[in-house]
Amino acid sequence: MKTRRDIFQAIADPTRRAILSLVALQALTPGAIADSFDSSRQTISKHIQILTECQLLKQEESGREIYYHFNPNKMKEIAEWLAPFAKMWDDRFNKLENIMKKYKSKK
Amino acid sequence: MEQKTKINAEEGKQELVITREFDLPLELLFKAHVEPDIVEQVMGTKVLKLESKKHGSYQYKTTDAQGNVLFQANGVIHEFTPNRKITRTFEMENAPFGVQLEIYEFEQLTDSTSKLHMHVIYESVALRDQVLKLPFAQGLNMAHNRIQEIGNKLK
Repeated sequence: MKTRRDIFQAIADPTRRAILSLVALQALTPGAIADSFDSSRQTISKHIQILTECQLLKQEESGREIYYHFNPNKMKEIAEWLAPFAKMWDDRFNKLENIMKKYKSKK
Repeated sequence: MEQKTKINAEEGKQELVITREFDLPLELLFKAHVEPDIVEQVMGTKVLKLESKKHGSYQYKTTDAQGNVLFQANGVIHEFTPNRKITRTFEMENAPFGVQLEIYEFEQLTDSTSKLHMHVIYESVALRDQVLKLPFAQGLNMAHNRIQEIGNKLK
């Protein structure tokens, strides 16, 4: 593996996000992915390489063709990154709800 | 238990959206954002000032038992429409996060349920991402201590 890129860099690029949405629907060959974009095959191939390095895409050979699959488990890492922040707010709002329920019954 | 609070923070944007449905009538949800004694309980901070009106301002302060300031924040209210909307700024004092613009929208769902839609805009993408990572960071500053406390309770 060459330069190690992190998953956030991988999804920071709009073309790469578009590639992910395409492949999430169905596994595709590099040619089929490139056909969906105006960019050169070379450019798309570079994007695919980065997504594969970050394990957001997985290669699978089928006959003579290589298919790229979406790796949802890797995508979960992004959600987990936000989790502590989301939990902090969820906790705060749960507290708000409890306080106001008591407030209501006091009246 | 599944979280009822949804956070939408798109990559590369300097904003985020927090939504939450409450098992509370709209009026009570709104009241919780207006009454100083309730805000104190929810935020776990002392409310020095909270003028819930257009052009009003507010100040929060948390100190530990020794009187050291753990958290201090302030802001001004730009729009105040009862049971509907609050637009305000929020700034954590002595913290490198700049000023954020917060737009709270309150919505009635049924007689006994309501929804809060919170749109927060930061000064830059980098600042937003720093705030998002806050609960992860160690020993960062006063506000962090409070966040950590909440975090520890969840473990």
